[in-house]
Amino acid sequence: MEIRMAKLTKIFTSKNKKEVRAVDNVDLTIPSGKLIGLLGPSGCGKSTTLYLIAGLLRQNEGQIFFDDEEVSEMPPEKRGIGLVFQNYALYPHMTVRENILFPLQNLKVEKEEAKQRTFEMAELVGLQEMLDRKPKELSGGQQQRVAIARALVKKPRVLLLDEPLSNLDARLRLQTREEIKRIQRETGITTVFVTHDQEEAMSISDEIVVMKDGVIQQMGEPQDVYDFPANLFVAKFLGNPQINVFDGEIKNKKIFIQDMEVGKSKLPDQPVKIGIRPEGFIVDSEKTSNLRFDVNLVETIGRDTTLIIDMPGEEKSILDKQSFKVIVDASYRVQAGDLVHFTIKPDKMHLFDFEGNLLK
Amino acid sequence: METKNNLKAWIYLAPMLILMAVFTFYPLINAFMISFYKDYQPLLNLRSAGLTLRNYLIVFNNQLFWKSVLNTFVLAFISVPVSIIVSLFISVSLKSIPKLKGFFQTIFFLPYVTNAIAVGMAFAVLFHVNYGLVNVVLSLFGIDKIDWIGGTASWWAQMGALMVFTIWNSLAFKILVFTSGLENIDKQYYDAARIDAASKWTIFKRITVPLLSPLILYISITSLIGALKAYNSVVGLFGERLGAQPYSMITIVAFVYKYRADFAFTGFYSYAAAASIILFIITLIFSILQTVVSRKRVHY
Ligand SMILES: Nc1ncnc2c1ncn2[C@@H]1O[C@H](COP(=O)(O)OP(=O)(O)O)[C@@H](O)[C@H]1O
Ligand SMILES: [Mg+2]
Repeated sequence: MEIRMAKLTKIFTSKNKKEVRAVDNVDLTIPSGKLIGLLGPSGCGKSTTLYLIAGLLRQNEGQIFFDDEEVSEMPPEKRGIGLVFQNYALYPHMTVRENILFPLQNLKVEKEEAKQRTFEMAELVGLQEMLDRKPKELSGGQQQRVAIARALVKKPRVLLLDEPLSNLDARLRLQTREEIKRIQRETGITTVFVTHDQEEAMSISDEIVVMKDGVIQQMGEPQDVYDFPANLFVAKFLGNPQINVFDGEIKNKKIFIQDMEVGKSKLPDQPVKIGIRPEGFIVDSEKTSNLRFDVNLVETIGRDTTLIIDMPGEEKSILDKQSFKVIVDASYRVQAGDLVHFTIKPDKMHLFDFEGNLLK
Repeated sequence: METKNNLKAWIYLAPMLILMAVFTFYPLINAFMISFYKDYQPLLNLRSAGLTLRNYLIVFNNQLFWKSVLNTFVLAFISVPVSIIVSLFISVSLKSIPKLKGFFQTIFFLPYVTNAIAVGMAFAVLFHVNYGLVNVVLSLFGIDKIDWIGGTASWWAQMGALMVFTIWNSLAFKILVFTSGLENIDKQYYDAARIDAASKWTIFKRITVPLLSPLILYISITSLIGALKAYNSVVGLFGERLGAQPYSMITIVAFVYKYRADFAFTGFYSYAAAASIILFIITLIFSILQTVVSRKRVHY
């Protein structure tokens, strides 16, 4: 089922009468059967968006459609959604079985069928042995899976997951992430996956939606958004290590950082912000390019070597020093103190104006 | 190190322990002893040698004692569950009207800070056969005048009035405890329940009550103990006669008071002591029973 939001706005008024536009004029269509990662920093309105879709919060303006049906005023129990809360919200006094059964009992599903479906769900999430345990007798990852089973057992039209992995340790997070991907693929259910972790969103989602201050910044397939960021915020938010941002300028169709040429551009002369991905640097072993830096620090991890380079320029205190990261193949033998020449891969470089808008 | 800490703990606890020893354990043991004295006259501090079970036999053969047991049990075993259910509903309703909550909380809390005897007098007026508000309201529904607390009042009418008064009196504290208990329940459970299509009643029955069950247990034990010690309410509503007819609403504690007040008669003080020990044992049994039974039903 497709979810469509039209000019959706949610305003919270805090105690001191200040208004927060937690979701601001959002136009967004979530395609049917896909897993969408809703990504943004903490407090940008991801949970609010999810709760609006679920009907737990009521929008101030705008509409929500499930396929062609408008659900803007529909109470949550009628919307047919499954929601997994950030801290799961499993009923602590019920066993796993009772937790999963609960929605079915409320929907008056016939007893035998309810039993059958509960068991199937437990099987899907791999918890058939745990049905008689209470939530507190389960690990975080298991609780997480009970929450997913409870959300899915009523065969919802949409599955909403609010930072479902944030309470898990690193290893479990990877594992559960795959698990969610598998469950989504097996059930084919339209899924919105909220996270503030870009790597998580990139690896799990068919498409990602990047959000900031209640406003959608960009939507697209993870690699596309990474390769063609719509603005500096998106460019900085995706990728680890972060994209390097330099102050530079365009002069005579050439792009300069300080007085070093890094590439060409058709844009008119102007000062610009230059974003270059750490993997966008190529070591020029001929040492002919005039983009060159003294390497400060070298970290080799596995097949990659990370060079940490201080921006040259007026002598600043250590704290003010701007540095950036370059990832090169480990086969380059580089040592701290070396002067290294680089060329830049044009498709790893993006130009922005000083408001952070992309320059094309 | 450990013994040092132990010593410190004992020193901190000492004032409390001393107070309890003087005002709780000593009187309890004393009452226990007195209940076995022969022909005890506390004024002259005279008694016959040896101990006896006779005081208990006399109490057990006293019609008035059995009446007091009956009254106390009926009062306790109806008013406690009813007041718990009523206060639960009021607390849950208060939650859904956050704006008026403070106002209503004050109203429901008033009985708690008002003297039971004074409130009892107000209730005595409310239940008056001719000009009491209760009968006026009942007459709107075509119900004939009922003598609740006057000379012709039936046992059930008196018990009804006493029950209403007792419940009203006990609501305040329960509502206070339940509302703060409700505030401590994570709101996400309610969001989850709405997503799970639970009706209001289902949410109450399957989410709210179980999550409050430790508090409900606590409240039911303390208020059962309180109700078994009912006395103020009877005096408040009926005065010294302890009923519409003399002693018709006597409770176990009232029975104890009555015999204690007549301590000038030989042995009466011991009867009172015996009755109070019996009450103590009854209370103990019910508290233990309730704890054991409820433990199976209380979640986490
Ligand atoms: N119930 C609320 N009352 C007031 N402000 C809220 C409420 N819920 C969220 N907000 C505010 O709305 C913004 C978005 O919150 P949220 O959707 O929870 O962000 P996220 O889930 O992306 O971290 C934040 O600034 C937050 O402080
Ligand atoms: Mg959130």
